[in-house]
Amino acid sequence: MLLPLLLVLAMSFASRGLYGGVQWAFSLTNYTMLFDSLYLWIYGRSLLLAVATTAMCLLIGYPLAYFIARAPTRWQGVWLLLVIIPFWTNFLVRTYAWMFLLRTEGLLNTMLLNVGVIRTPVDILYTDWAVLIGLVYGYLPFMVLPLYAAIERLNRSVVEAAWDLYANGWSVFWRVVFPLTKPGVIAGCLLVFIPSVGAYITPDLLGGAKTMMVGNLIQHEYLVIRDWPFGSAISFVLMALVVLGVLAYIKRGGIFEDVKERR
Amino acid sequence: MKPRGWLLGISLGNLVFLYGPIAILVAFSFNASRLSATWGGATLQWYRELLSDQALLVAVQNSLLVATVSTAMAAILGVAAAIGLESPPPRAQRIIEGAMLMPLIVPEVMLGVALMLFFVTIKWPLSLVTVTIGHAAFNVPVVMVIVRARLRKLDPHLLEAASDLGATPWQAFRRVTLPLLAPAIVGSVLLAFTISLDDFIVTFFTGGPGSTTLPLKVYSMIKSGVSPEINALSAVLVVVSMALVAVAAMLQRQPK
Repeated sequence: MLLPLLLVLAMSFASRGLYGGVQWAFSLTNYTMLFDSLYLWIYGRSLLLAVATTAMCLLIGYPLAYFIARAPTRWQGVWLLLVIIPFWTNFLVRTYAWMFLLRTEGLLNTMLLNVGVIRTPVDILYTDWAVLIGLVYGYLPFMVLPLYAAIERLNRSVVEAAWDLYANGWSVFWRVVFPLTKPGVIAGCLLVFIPSVGAYITPDLLGGAKTMMVGNLIQHEYLVIRDWPFGSAISFVLMALVVLGVLAYIKRGGIFEDVKERR
Repeated sequence: MKPRGWLLGISLGNLVFLYGPIAILVAFSFNASRLSATWGGATLQWYRELLSDQALLVAVQNSLLVATVSTAMAAILGVAAAIGLESPPPRAQRIIEGAMLMPLIVPEVMLGVALMLFFVTIKWPLSLVTVTIGHAAFNVPVVMVIVRARLRKLDPHLLEAASDLGATPWQAFRRVTLPLLAPAIVGSVLLAFTISLDDFIVTFFTGGPGSTTLPLKVYSMIKSGVSPEINALSAVLVVVSMALVAVAAMLQRQPK
């Protein structure tokens, strides 16, 4: 498995042949091309969307995880299963469900028009918003599971002690609960951020041609423009970023536990 | 902090968010109207069209074939890797394990591209065979991680006892290690099988002409048109995957 990955690295230093082949001559052209403003725009969008997705997942995932972790034990299993089931449904189908809803002549617009909230249909599909919704929808379980594990392990008496010391709800959360569940937060954010930044299906289907992300750019370079070396350079940078992020996390302990939870 | 009303509210909201779109899609797969948002009465027409779609049946066959063969390959290689990893010193173990886990960590597009380049470079024509190998590549670490977790919890004295009783290493493996690992192997195989069935990206890159699997077919249906047939297909897939999850959950409960 490492061999193909190394091949990508090697190819990123080669250059594109006249008819789309590969010329094996060492050059750094591909890496300088990476800084073209057109491409910078695409990385920027990918990063922004991935960060926004992670933030949204954290925002709606934390209360859910907290609720599950504090529910009676026999209900915890049921809730967890409910969170996991959509994750086992084919990703394409789940993404398609949103296409179906968000279409200009789709159900959401029809309903809003009938109720009278809007006069003209809003275009949501094929915008960044649609991609954001799709990504949050797709990766929410990755956030909830590690958060649940962290909150479940939280020592209740510490929280009670904080209450006894007359902390109000906010400060109990910010100064006790949140710091103690930080490992779960970090794991969840990483598990959401990594697939979001390299997402392919979601921006492809919900974003259309206007909103490319790095994943689509790579596919485009390989299969449409057939500039393999440049595609390799982009992939390599993306991979390097992800691996560095993961390594930084391992230094803080235990990615492997989380990978297990993820699959 | 006790669970409060608003926490329950947000949690229920989450469920609506997670299930709403799927439920609506399933409901509309019975819609007689071709327009996506108008209800024109109930029909089974789209399901009938599904059954008569020859290309779809071929895609299902391809998917099952790829999933079965790649899962078998992943099971053998993954178990071997998990056991082999026990022998080097701990530091080396961590490095090797990290390298083996790469396919789970790198973005999927990257994995697909790398595999495609690899096959093209060694001049292996892209086909169902390359797709199968590609799937095995990302399923080996899945099996390995799960089996290894179980392996580490095994009592090493059991193996010593077996060899004290005169078992050859192979016999000890066959009759002691393997049965003890069985639950983990079954679990990981189910997981690998499902991941393979659902995979789109790696198949998309490593496939050639004639290697359309079910997800690829779904993708082209989504891309190409507005036929409600895709709603019916989605509904079938949703029901099948939920049934699989239910079966897996029951299987996991039994050994305890």
